[in-house]
Amino acid sequence: MPKKDSSAKNSPKLDRRRFLAAAAVAGASGAVKPAMAATEAQPHAEQRPLSVLPPNARVAAAENGVPDIPPYSTEGRPGSDFMVDVIKTLNIKYLPANPASSYRAIHESLIDYGKNTMPEFLTCTHEEAGVGIAHGYYKIANKPLMTLCHGTVGLMHATMNIYNAYCDRVPVIVVNGNDLDAAHRPPGVPTVHSAQDINAIVREFTKWDDTPVSAQHFSESFVRAYQIAMTPPCAPVAISLDDGLATEPIRDYGQKLYIPKYVPTAAPAGELGAVREAAKLLVNAERPVIVADRAVNSQRGIALLVQLAELLQAPVVRQNGRLNFPNTHYLSRPESVISQADVIIGLELADYWNTVNRFTDNNAQGVGSVSSRIKPGTKLISISTLQLLTKSNYQEFQRFQSVDVPIAGDVEATLPALIDAVKVALPDNRKDAIAKRGQAVKEAHMKGRDETKQLAAIAWDATPISTARLCMEIYAQIKDMDWSLVPSSGNVSNWPQRLWAMDKYYHYTGDSGGYGVGWGAPASVGGALANRDEGRFSVSIQGDGDMMYAPGAFWTAARHKIPLLTVMHNNRGYHQEVMHVQRLANFRNRTVNVGNDLGPIGTSIMNPDIEYHKLAESVGWWAKGPIKDPAELGPAIKEAIAVVKSGQPALLNVWTQPR
Amino acid sequence: MGFVRLTLAAFAASLVLGQVPALAASAENGKVAFVKNGCWQCHDFLGQGSVATSGGRVIADTPLPFDAFKAYVRDPGGSMPPFHVEILSDSDVADIYAYLESLPKPKSAKDIPLLNQ
Repeated sequence: MPKKDSSAKNSPKLDRRRFLAAAAVAGASGAVKPAMAATEAQPHAEQRPLSVLPPNARVAAAENGVPDIPPYSTEGRPGSDFMVDVIKTLNIKYLPANPASSYRAIHESLIDYGKNTMPEFLTCTHEEAGVGIAHGYYKIANKPLMTLCHGTVGLMHATMNIYNAYCDRVPVIVVNGNDLDAAHRPPGVPTVHSAQDINAIVREFTKWDDTPVSAQHFSESFVRAYQIAMTPPCAPVAISLDDGLATEPIRDYGQKLYIPKYVPTAAPAGELGAVREAAKLLVNAERPVIVADRAVNSQRGIALLVQLAELLQAPVVRQNGRLNFPNTHYLSRPESVISQADVIIGLELADYWNTVNRFTDNNAQGVGSVSSRIKPGTKLISISTLQLLTKSNYQEFQRFQSVDVPIAGDVEATLPALIDAVKVALPDNRKDAIAKRGQAVKEAHMKGRDETKQLAAIAWDATPISTARLCMEIYAQIKDMDWSLVPSSGNVSNWPQRLWAMDKYYHYTGDSGGYGVGWGAPASVGGALANRDEGRFSVSIQGDGDMMYAPGAFWTAARHKIPLLTVMHNNRGYHQEVMHVQRLANFRNRTVNVGNDLGPIGTSIMNPDIEYHKLAESVGWWAKGPIKDPAELGPAIKEAIAVVKSGQPALLNVWTQPR
Repeated sequence: MGFVRLTLAAFAASLVLGQVPALAASAENGKVAFVKNGCWQCHDFLGQGSVATSGGRVIADTPLPFDAFKAYVRDPGGSMPPFHVEILSDSDVADIYAYLESLPKPKSAKDIPLLNQ
C-alpha cells in the first residue's frame, strides 16, 4: 500500500510538513536561503516589535551562523539515511528494539544503508525489554544505547523501564516513531499510533525531549539529546521521529546540512567554599560516617572514595545504588554505624531522609511510626545532583531532608576537591586519633564478617535451598574468573554484597532505581551484552516474579548469542506482596486467606509451578531444573558455566527459601 | 485437641515459668502452624530470617524464653505485625516455639568450606 500520494508530496503547494520544515530552517540557520520561510514567515516577523536589542555581529554569528563543518550532500536521499549518519557519529554500539511500522524508514536505513553496525539492531520482543537492556548495558559499559519505540502503544510499553532508568539516573536515547502530518498519514492504525505530542507520554520522567521537523533539526536534536543524557545527572531523553521526515527524500530548502560534533560536557563539581566547609566538619568529627548510594560507577570513582575514607579512617555504608566502595575494605560497615555518627556525608543518596530516619510500617491504619536513626546534633553533608534534576509529578525525589551542608554536584567530579580540602584541613594533632579510630573500625569489620558467615550457615542444608547457600555455591565457581553480577532482580538478602569479594565497579552495579518489576531480566541481558564485549563472565540472580514480565528478553539473549548464567531465585511468589497482605490481615485481626497456596490469595506463583527451565529452553537457552536439593546445585552450576563459556546463555531453575 | 494442648501448655508454663511447655507442645504441629500462619514469609522456613524481611533476626534456636517469645508475638512493637490470640492460639504459639527449638543447631561457618573461600 502506498504510504502517501506522491503527487501530493511533489506539489508546489506548501503542505504542513514542508511548512514545519521550512519554519525550522528559518529558525536554525538564518544565514542560508530559506526560500519558503522567507515567503511565509517574514511578514509576521516584520510586524513584531523587537523585544530586545539586536545582537552584535559576533553573537549573531554564534547563534545563526553555520559552523565550519563540511556541508552534507543530500542528493535526494531519504531523510532516514542522513539520520543514520548522525547516529553513527556517536558510536552507539547497539540498538535493542521491537520492530514497528512507525519507524520503518529509519529501520530500513539502519540495516541497509547503515549496514547494521554502530548501532547493531538487537531484536526485542517488547519495548520494555529494549529499554531494560539499554539500562543494564549502561551500568556495565558506562556508554548509552538508543532504542526505537512504536508510536503511542510502543512507547507506552516502554514507560515503566524508562521510569526505572530515570530514577536510576541512567541515560537511554529513546526515539519514538510518530506521524505528525494528519493530512497525509494513512488512516486507521497508523493514525491511532500517532500523537500530537508523543513525548508527552514520558516527559515527566525524561530529562529532555524534542520533536525535530527538519533533517537539520534532527541532527542537532539528536546530538543535543545525547549530550544532555550523558551530562550528570544522567537520564533518559526522548526524540520524536516524524515518519514523513524519515521517509521522504531530503528536500532542498537551501539549508546546508551538517552534523554537530559531540563533545562530552564536564560533570558539575561542588562549589569550593562548600566543599571546604564539608572538609572542616569531617576532619573535626569524632565519628564521621560516609554513606554512598548512586555515588560512583567506575574504578576511578571507587579509588577516590577509598582515598577519602582512608584519609578520615571513616566507615563507609554502601547503599544499593552502585558498588561505590569495595566490600572487602576494612572501612566497609553496615548501616548500623549511622546511629553512632556525629557527622554524616551522604553521596548521591536516593533517599537521604530514610538514611537518617526510620519508618516502621506497624500501624493498622496504615500510618507507620517514624523515629530518628541518628543522635541529636549530628551534622549532615550531602553531595548530590538531585537538585539539578527534579520534576514535580513523580515522587522519586523522596521526603525532604534538611542538610547542614548541601552541595549540588556530581560525586566523582567533586571528590578530588574534597580530598584536597580534607588534606589541607586535617590538623596534625588529630592524626593519631584518626588512626586509632581506623583500627577500631577494622576490628569491627572483621568481627562483622565472621558474624555474617555464621548467619549464612543457618539452614545451610535446607530444602528449598537457602539464599545464602545459593549465592555461595555460585561464588565458589566464578570467583577465579573476571566476573560480573549483572543488574538483576533476585532479592537474596544481599548475600553477594555481604560475602562475595567485590572491588570492581562491575562486580555489582545496583538496582533498578524505580523498583519497577520487569526490569531484572532485560537489564541482566544488557549487562551481559556489555560484559561479552570485554570477555567477562556474567551471572545474574533472577527473581521469579520479575522473570514473567519480560521473559522475551531471554530470547534476545539467545538470538544474539549473549552469554549469561541466570540462576533463578524461585521462591514461587511475589514475595514482597505476600508479606504486605499478611501484615494487613494481622493488623485487622483476621486469618489471611491463602486458598490452596502458601501465601495469601493472589500473591503465590504456584499451582501450577512455572517451569522456568522449560521456558528458557523454549527460547533457545540451555537450562536445568527444578533444583531443590542443595547437594545438586554445585554440579549443576558447573555444567551451566561450561555452556556459558561456550558463548550461550544458560539458566538454572532453583527452588529457594523466600529471602 | 487444641484445648488439651492449651491446657497442658498453661500447666507446664505454670510449673516452670519461662521454660518450653515441653509436655504439651508439638514441634510437628508447630511446623504446620509456622507455615499456615505465615511466619515463614519473613523468617524463612527454618527461622533463619533475612536482612530484607526480619531485620536480620534469627528465630531458629531463639534465646528468648517461652513467655518472652509469646509476649513478643502478641505485641511485637517493631516492624513485625502482631499475632493476637484471635488469629494464633496460645497452643499454636507453644507449638511454634517447640518447632523452633527442635531445629538442628547450625553448623559452624568454619566447618563449611564455601563460607571460607
